[in-house]
Amino acid sequence: MTATAPPEAPPEVDLGGEARSRRTDKGFTGLVTLAGLTVLIVLGLILVTTSVQAWPAIAEGPIQFLTGSTWDPNDELFGTLPFLYGTLVTSLIAMIVAVPVSIGIALFITEVAHRRSRKYIVTVVDLLATVPSVVFGLVGSIVLIPWVTPLYQWWAGVVAPVPGLNAIFDETNTGRNYFTAGLILAVMCIPIITSISREVFATVPEIDKQGAYALGATRWEMITGAILPHSFGGLVGASMLGLGRAMGETIAVALVIGGSLGINANLFAPGNTMAAVIAQQWGESSGLHTDALIGIGVVLFAITVLINFLARIVVQRAELQMKGARS
Amino acid sequence: MTTLQNGGPTPPDLSGRNLSLRRAVADRGATALIGLCVLIAALPLALVAWQVVSRGASAWSLAWFFEEIPRNYRTEGPGMGPAILGTLLITGMAALMAIPVGVLGAVYLNEYGKNKPLARFIRTMADVMTGVPSIMMGLFIYVGYVLVIGDKTGFGGALALASLMLPIVIRSTEEMLRLVPDELRQASSGLGARKWRTVMGVVLPAASSGITSGSLLAVARAAGETAPIIVTVGLTYIYKPDLFDGQNTTLAAQIFRNASQPFAASQERAWGAALTLITIVFLFTILSRIIASRFAIDKR
Repeated sequence: MTATAPPEAPPEVDLGGEARSRRTDKGFTGLVTLAGLTVLIVLGLILVTTSVQAWPAIAEGPIQFLTGSTWDPNDELFGTLPFLYGTLVTSLIAMIVAVPVSIGIALFITEVAHRRSRKYIVTVVDLLATVPSVVFGLVGSIVLIPWVTPLYQWWAGVVAPVPGLNAIFDETNTGRNYFTAGLILAVMCIPIITSISREVFATVPEIDKQGAYALGATRWEMITGAILPHSFGGLVGASMLGLGRAMGETIAVALVIGGSLGINANLFAPGNTMAAVIAQQWGESSGLHTDALIGIGVVLFAITVLINFLARIVVQRAELQMKGARS
Repeated sequence: MTTLQNGGPTPPDLSGRNLSLRRAVADRGATALIGLCVLIAALPLALVAWQVVSRGASAWSLAWFFEEIPRNYRTEGPGMGPAILGTLLITGMAALMAIPVGVLGAVYLNEYGKNKPLARFIRTMADVMTGVPSIMMGLFIYVGYVLVIGDKTGFGGALALASLMLPIVIRSTEEMLRLVPDELRQASSGLGARKWRTVMGVVLPAASSGITSGSLLAVARAAGETAPIIVTVGLTYIYKPDLFDGQNTTLAAQIFRNASQPFAASQERAWGAALTLITIVFLFTILSRIIASRFAIDKR
């Protein structure tokens, strides 16, 4: 066995290209990275610029700004508690209505509907998402309110003898109130909660569903036994995304909530929310009043970013678990 | 061999006819409730469509699209031209700013960053940014631009809408880039193309229909936004083709302004503007659907 001679080194091939082209590539990498970073830059700028601008109004007493219950721009008294309360109450009403309905729609699309009708239902939900919020506000304030006001009065009369309930559903003379705002918000949250719920349901392993059917479960038993336990985390995330959407909604609420500046346990009484008060008072505000409105925005921004962030993490984690279960 | 006929167990009845009443009722009832949920969602959509079309159509005329807006709430008569022009210009300008940055950002996420911690963080924050209330974008531009140059302008509104569109464009574009088959990238590199040429010459063209359709959806959403507009754009009654020249107006802002008035004339204008706005948004949405379905990438 004679040792073979080592092969001759191949001729040098230059794969480096021209220096100019290499620079272009570097430049392009830099450009796209910068574009990606824009998201972080804009988010950071939002927080910094608005906080700095709002500082004079908040500096008087940051605690007072959050817990004060008097909002009187003429006396430069800025307490945002009534609006925090309004945001909380209206988005709570919205969640109570929207979450079950959205989960129902998502279940209908994934489990009940035929493939052909599925497409139409998805279109309906998508169209609901494209209606501009100001149009919901317009229909709500001009069409819906005259219809629902007698209903509110009737309901207030029905529960009048029941202690507790009669405080929540008290007399009303206008349909512009927390409850109407909550209902409109519910409609506006349905598309997002539905679409995320569908994604979550799509990750439930087919074998779990078939297993449930094989054990003799009815469709409803399959849903409660196989689908819902698997998707619970994802559904919580979906609802939180809807909640974030409801809390930030401005114009539709501004048109139907009435614009009172107090705190009222009566859901049939006019109120205000953080986002809506900014839109309502913006035109007539100046100086410190404007700064205080921006301050409300900062608080709202912090709350919604926190909720969205947590929701995304919950959804991501739930989906990871799902995918793990599938393989 | 006849045991089966004689005494063997009868084959189970799988038809579901012998379900206990409780289980059958629960199943049927739940299915009915689930179906009801779909009706609950369809109802507001039908109500909005019916009301806007029936009340808005009477406001439409040739003059409606071209005349200036009446200054007084009580003045009867048409005119929404400046708001239509303002909507198109401001949204168009926002798209010009947001779409290139958004597409390049998505290129970073899908082609360069992939699973690096920075890219994952940006992805999460882009999702978070889609949830930031639209009025916050208005306040941000008000502080960062309007106060700096000292005047509310159409361009301020465009900046606010662009910040709103950016995360939507990034996320939808990234989804589309992910659908581009890897073989295309490898073939391009194999031919000696640099990465930026691969991206610009192969990946982006392959995904172009999906990117266009996603961007159009973002445009449609931005066109209907009101809150950032009333904060940054102000108000005008006359045509303002120059976005840098003083206050402007859009259809959405006109709906908000007119809807909160008790006068019949202004409410009629609000309905007319709502029909116009919904038509514009709807056209964009349909266009986006057509592009998406007609030029879709082969999903192999």
